[in-house]
Amino acid sequence: MATNAITVEDVSKRYLIAHRTGQEIISFRDLLVGTGRRIIDRVRGTTADHPSHEAFWALRNIDLAIPEGEVVGIIGRNGAGKSTLLKILSRITAPTEGRIRFRGRVASLLEVGTGFHPELTGRENVYLNGAILGMSKAEIRRKFDDIVAFAEVERFLDTPVKRYSSGMYIRLAFSVAAHLEPDILIVDEVLAVGDSAFQKKCLGRMQQVATREQRTVLFVSHNMQAVQSLCTRAVYLKNGRIETQGGVRDVVGAYLASLSSTQSNKVWPDDAAPGNDYARLHEIAILRDGHFTGTYPSSAPLHVEMDFTIRTAHPELSLGFDLMNSEGITVLRSYQTDGPQEQWPSLAPGRHRLRCTIPAGLLNGGLYYLSPRIGLHNIAWIYSEDAVAQFEVVLDHSTSPMWSSTTDARPGLVAPVLPWKTVS
Amino acid sequence: MAQKEMIIEAGRDESQYWRDLWNFRGLFYFLAWRDILVRYKQTVVGLSWALLRPLITMVVFTVVFGRLARMPSPDVPYAILVFAGLLPWQFFASALADCSNSLVGNANLVSKIYFPRLIVPAGSIIVSFVDFLVSAMLMAALMVYYQFIPDWRILTLPFFILVAFAAALGGGLWFAALNVRYRDFRHLVPFVVQVGLFVSPVGFAAAVVPERWQLLYSLNPMVGVINGFRWAILGGESQIYWPGFGLSMLIVLVLLITGIRYFRKTERTFADVI
Repeated sequence: MATNAITVEDVSKRYLIAHRTGQEIISFRDLLVGTGRRIIDRVRGTTADHPSHEAFWALRNIDLAIPEGEVVGIIGRNGAGKSTLLKILSRITAPTEGRIRFRGRVASLLEVGTGFHPELTGRENVYLNGAILGMSKAEIRRKFDDIVAFAEVERFLDTPVKRYSSGMYIRLAFSVAAHLEPDILIVDEVLAVGDSAFQKKCLGRMQQVATREQRTVLFVSHNMQAVQSLCTRAVYLKNGRIETQGGVRDVVGAYLASLSSTQSNKVWPDDAAPGNDYARLHEIAILRDGHFTGTYPSSAPLHVEMDFTIRTAHPELSLGFDLMNSEGITVLRSYQTDGPQEQWPSLAPGRHRLRCTIPAGLLNGGLYYLSPRIGLHNIAWIYSEDAVAQFEVVLDHSTSPMWSSTTDARPGLVAPVLPWKTVS
Repeated sequence: MAQKEMIIEAGRDESQYWRDLWNFRGLFYFLAWRDILVRYKQTVVGLSWALLRPLITMVVFTVVFGRLARMPSPDVPYAILVFAGLLPWQFFASALADCSNSLVGNANLVSKIYFPRLIVPAGSIIVSFVDFLVSAMLMAALMVYYQFIPDWRILTLPFFILVAFAAALGGGLWFAALNVRYRDFRHLVPFVVQVGLFVSPVGFAAAVVPERWQLLYSLNPMVGVINGFRWAILGGESQIYWPGFGLSMLIVLVLLITGIRYFRKTERTFADVI
């Protein structure tokens, strides 16, 4: 009999937002003033409401049943309630309404390296972090060698972690987490950091946890690729409610379709341009001959243009995009730093517009999404949002009569016409 | 073995809280261990700070109150009188301050991981307790130096240590919980500790306070604790004002119980407001 590892029944979470001041932290003076007012009101016999707080429902009537051994992805835009759901499931915050039932030992991983102390050595931090994640001392001692080997930091075990490189730090932190053995694992977007080789290792480890060890995993991510490859099912949250749930392909498809503005460009007003003190993005667009048409023939080259401001130059700054198909699979990723270094566009502080050319005859037919990817290479993301713009490609780059019937798509992610020759 | 079942429900106080507290004792131990390790990392004299601070304070107080102000002493070396008061006071003061800041200082833990939150303030007191033990050795050395032999009352000392614990934890829980929401307490607590040093009988014997004010004076819970310490350590010479002591104990008890209750009541929202 299939039992549910997690049953969520009608869970809601309400936050009170300070309305008047717009500050999150209510000062002590507010409390005193508020209490004073209430006393005055009571004395006067009036019960006038002073609406200084506004209720905000971060989650509303969530019902979920997650069977044992299932790997479920939770997707949704920023602010859709993913993190709140995770926090409730990890018991960090309590739900306002509803109940949740777990079967088995739960561990949650909302951040790698929670509780790492910079002054402590690698060895000490492994013990501390293990205890924070819920391992017993004996358990940590047993797994200690594995943890250290996985992180590849054997030589630096007795060095304070403040002297570690950021890569080493993250490897060690993730390694401790990877050796948890709960029945139910709740993971937030923790794979977004670290170098790609280690990311791959982590994904592999998660896959192993999920499939071979038959554990229930709840995985929140913006990375559709990771969700697609790890999860069997997915839940799409929108504005605090469940929009769709089911098989991972359908849900990711529905999510991406709803994300996109159905336009082939996305423009941000200057005061709301996403980014940070290194770079801010003003526009990302896909065009052909300088025009937006929404639908593009595959026989002509396409241009992806990015308009942005560099505030502080940084040698590791990478600007680019992911091209995803309608199933959320990343067809390609491109950065301005992909070519030989002497050909990189120079990015001095100021406003720039870069153009990337997608050659004719490469893309398959179908719907595509453009996802900006701006970051400091291997250090941190600056801005990474899925599917901000969309466009359609119509397959017409082969003159072969055999292709005439295929206008929507051929099998495969891409559809280049490759040369064929007689060898003998 | 049947799998463990756990239920989270809105509005209901998890009945497994106290059991959880026991289950998370490993974390309690590790957090205390971390704070102790970190406290004297990258310092030159290390743990000696725990000796130096009370020693210097004791010398200053002995000179100022004993020599200059010529405060009366019940026939014991003034240094020992001062130190017997300083010992619980420094423990209380540093425990209270650490406890108050403990939650905000561990905000990253509170907002990312579940555990019974009581662990954090309780663990922070352990650090002060280690300092206390170090100072206690200094006290013993001082007694050897003055060839001062305590009587049977010294055996009651653990009880008074427990009371000091309770007082620090009670006050600390209040401040820690309030500090999460109102950062005003970050400024208030050092002030309380600073003023407390002078309104508590640290540098002088409580007997200098006029008889009719004794009961009022005992509203300060540390008065009871410090008097208790002196009574236990100094032996026969030291007298204790029992009604006042009872009052102090009562205040400590109320502080502890209300502190735990307020903490438990607000605990579930810590992660949201921290």
